Amino acid sequence: MPTLLLQVNGQKHEVTDVAPDTPLLWVLRDTLKLTGTKFGCGIEQCGVCTVHVDGVATRSCNYPVSQAVGKQVVTIEGLAGKDGTLHPLQQAWIDHDVAQCGYCQPGQIMQAAALLQRNPQATEAELMRGMSGNLCRCGTYKRIRDAITSAQAQLQSKGGAS
Amino acid sequence: MSSPDTHALLDRRGFLRVAALAGGGLSLAFLIDGSPLLAADEAKPAGAENFRPNGYLTISPDGTVTILSKNPDLGQGIKTTLPLIIAEELCADWKRVVVEQAPLNPALYGWQGAGGSTSVPSNYDNMRRAGAVARTLLVSAAAAEFGVPESECRAESGEVIHDITGRRLGFGALASKAATLPVPDAKTVVLKDRKDFSLLGRRVGGVDNKAVVTGALCYGIDVSLPGILYAAFVRCPAFGGKVKAANLDALRARPGVRKVFIVEGTGRDDELAAGVAIVADSTHLALSAADEAEITWDEDKACKDSWSGFAAKAAALSGEAGKEYQKSGDAKAALASAAKIIEASYTYPFVAHATMEPQNCTAHFSEGGLEIWTTSQNPGSGQDLVAKVLGIAKDKVRVHIIRGGGGFGRRLMNDYMAEAAFIAREAGVPIKLIHSRESDMTHDFYRAGGFHHLRGGIDGKGRLSGWTQHFVTFGQGGKDSRGAGMGAELFPLVVLPDRSVGKTLLPLGVPTGYWRAPGSCATAWVLESFLHELSAAAGRDHVEFLLELLGEPRWLPPANSGALHTGRSAGVIRLAAQKSGWGTPLPAGRGRGIAFHFCHQGYFAIVAEVTVGADRKLSVDRVVAVGDVGPIMNRSGAENQVEGSIVDGLSTLWLQAITFEEGRVQETNFQDYGLLRMAKAPRIETHFIESEYPPTGLGEPALPPLTPAVCNAIFAATGERVRTLPLVKAGFKA
Repeated sequence: MPTLLLQVNGQKHEVTDVAPDTPLLWVLRDTLKLTGTKFGCGIEQCGVCTVHVDGVATRSCNYPVSQAVGKQVVTIEGLAGKDGTLHPLQQAWIDHDVAQCGYCQPGQIMQAAALLQRNPQATEAELMRGMSGNLCRCGTYKRIRDAITSAQAQLQSKGGAS
Repeated sequence: MSSPDTHALLDRRGFLRVAALAGGGLSLAFLIDGSPLLAADEAKPAGAENFRPNGYLTISPDGTVTILSKNPDLGQGIKTTLPLIIAEELCADWKRVVVEQAPLNPALYGWQGAGGSTSVPSNYDNMRRAGAVARTLLVSAAAAEFGVPESECRAESGEVIHDITGRRLGFGALASKAATLPVPDAKTVVLKDRKDFSLLGRRVGGVDNKAVVTGALCYGIDVSLPGILYAAFVRCPAFGGKVKAANLDALRARPGVRKVFIVEGTGRDDELAAGVAIVADSTHLALSAADEAEITWDEDKACKDSWSGFAAKAAALSGEAGKEYQKSGDAKAALASAAKIIEASYTYPFVAHATMEPQNCTAHFSEGGLEIWTTSQNPGSGQDLVAKVLGIAKDKVRVHIIRGGGGFGRRLMNDYMAEAAFIAREAGVPIKLIHSRESDMTHDFYRAGGFHHLRGGIDGKGRLSGWTQHFVTFGQGGKDSRGAGMGAELFPLVVLPDRSVGKTLLPLGVPTGYWRAPGSCATAWVLESFLHELSAAAGRDHVEFLLELLGEPRWLPPANSGALHTGRSAGVIRLAAQKSGWGTPLPAGRGRGIAFHFCHQGYFAIVAEVTVGADRKLSVDRVVAVGDVGPIMNRSGAENQVEGSIVDGLSTLWLQAITFEEGRVQETNFQDYGLLRMAKAPRIETHFIESEYPPTGLGEPALPPLTPAVCNAIFAATGERVRTLPLVKAGFKA
């Protein structure tokens, strides 16, 4: 099998022994041991496997690893700053005590981060539409919504200052 | 604190033992609840060999307080709540508290489980006493250091303070000395007054929050071991089927596949089902090979059930009464004298648990026995099962309790533990078994569906007069299938003077289990929808009708641990009416509905406000929930459980049904078994009446009244009564 060169969270990885059509999810989890990205449905229905590929929120459960070659992959482990400073969304998730079981939350945060990155001024309706592919079985939607809204406000004030 | 409660949980004897830590500091071992083992020990003279602590608290010289949390956490937040209770009485600085998950050790810890909303009520008192004993020791140690009377010292936020001189010492500096002092009697140790609480009742974030948002929290599916391989397990689509033949060699020839073998199973789904096990180098290779398995099944003894078949049988039973199992007064006479009689039949489907983390389990078998990492809600019974299936002694099964991605009752069953254990022994290396979503959804232990035929009367004054109910459910030999019963003392049944409830059991091959608020989660919808049919037929206001039924404040039935207090019930109904603006006008197409339910010792009234638009487009705009579960432990966690229960209830009533044909479940993944999406989640307002009764749990009781509240609101908006769930099948669009 060909060696695949991946860029994940700013680090280079040479992956061998993995078929090119292997979903990125399983390479992240089983090969690179980045288990923050979760498995939920395997058919892009729940969003718990969401990562960023070149900044785009991507369901890694159905995304062949070969397509990620030459692109920047960011997982939940790489969202915080290099110095460990949490992304405003991660901090907002803590401040709003969002999680119950927490299993879907890495995917929710990655989805929200990509949305706000692309559209910092997103309206509530746009955010709701953008988040509609991420399921939460525990039903923490109210808090997710509140956390995104407060992180958005913080990001906007930061953006205004810089 | 005085309370008229007859079921106080405050009279258990607390055992404590204090030890000095080798490197300095204090270790306090204590007893949390009264398991049978502990009860037996109580009869014996006290001695080290009889002491079976089930909780641990240590205070290091640096002031760090470490609390072991004994019960599994699957999102209900118990890993935060229980330590918080100890920390409150200890007067600890919560920022200096580290919480760790205890491994399974029932001999040491008693029952370690997550079920029945029991963790808070069964642990509250002794946890407080444990914290208070440690605090008393630290205060004594400080008083000795300061050379002042203990009465002049107080503990606050990780320190003991002598206000008169302004001296203070941290718990860390005091711990070693405290460990040498005589231990006060936990039974008489002075507890804090609730008004002085600084942690309980406040908003405290989950102890694992940072690990959740950084992806660092280890769930069952994230467990890894050196040399680990990955396993898939293919079970017969029809429950109970066995393997006749399979393309084993073709599967073995696939890249990365290490082992393929047939598992005969024990013949029971709740132990070890039959199937084909595949062990491979990665999860992807194992799951892909499972997709390619061609298996001829022996279905001679397999389940042949079909949902439509059951529905037809139940319909044919509508004119019958079933075997009477609940009775009061004379329902027949009351109905005969009624001015108006209402008849209705209600049907709810089977539902799956669909935990976000599919079932999985990691196990390693070696000569010494089996080591297993599980997300079980009942790991102790999993240990028993694994020992039984492998035919090894229970003490050879070492169980690690791992955070689960949701439970809802699914993980009270331990089938995945038996599978992982069996496969690990055959594989000879550590394996992680992962079920695909499809495998998980089609092999659940489902919440049973059910059918209810009801007749109720209204007298000349608009009061309820007589109630008969025929509950067609599942079971055999007079015994309900697991989780398929209806609580005997549910509201309104428990308050009805003239009722007759009968039951017919249909034999069932589909495995059932416990699903959030078992016995209540679906029956509350039937009972409280039909109650609304009666009040509507009588032209009565439903709140007034409910309050009239409840009557004077009293316990029903008296002297029973599951008893309902009519005064507390009326309290949550009144507050829900007030907070929701009950009775104020709404525009056309909108409606408001209320329902009340009592279960798991918790009282909840819910008011839902809905809009039904053109094309039956439904929107649940607002939900007001009022609960009385006694004092609140962690307000943030408590509200989160209520909000989650409401969304869970709404997902279920609107979107979910498991159907089966020829013993095969038809729904396989989220595309045909939906979960509510964020944009459809209602505005939720949660209120608590913090009565002086002992605190009770919140994992379950807020869910049951949601469904009837929404359906009563749909009736208010449209005049249409929902008698079959889920709503999507009745054409209500999201």
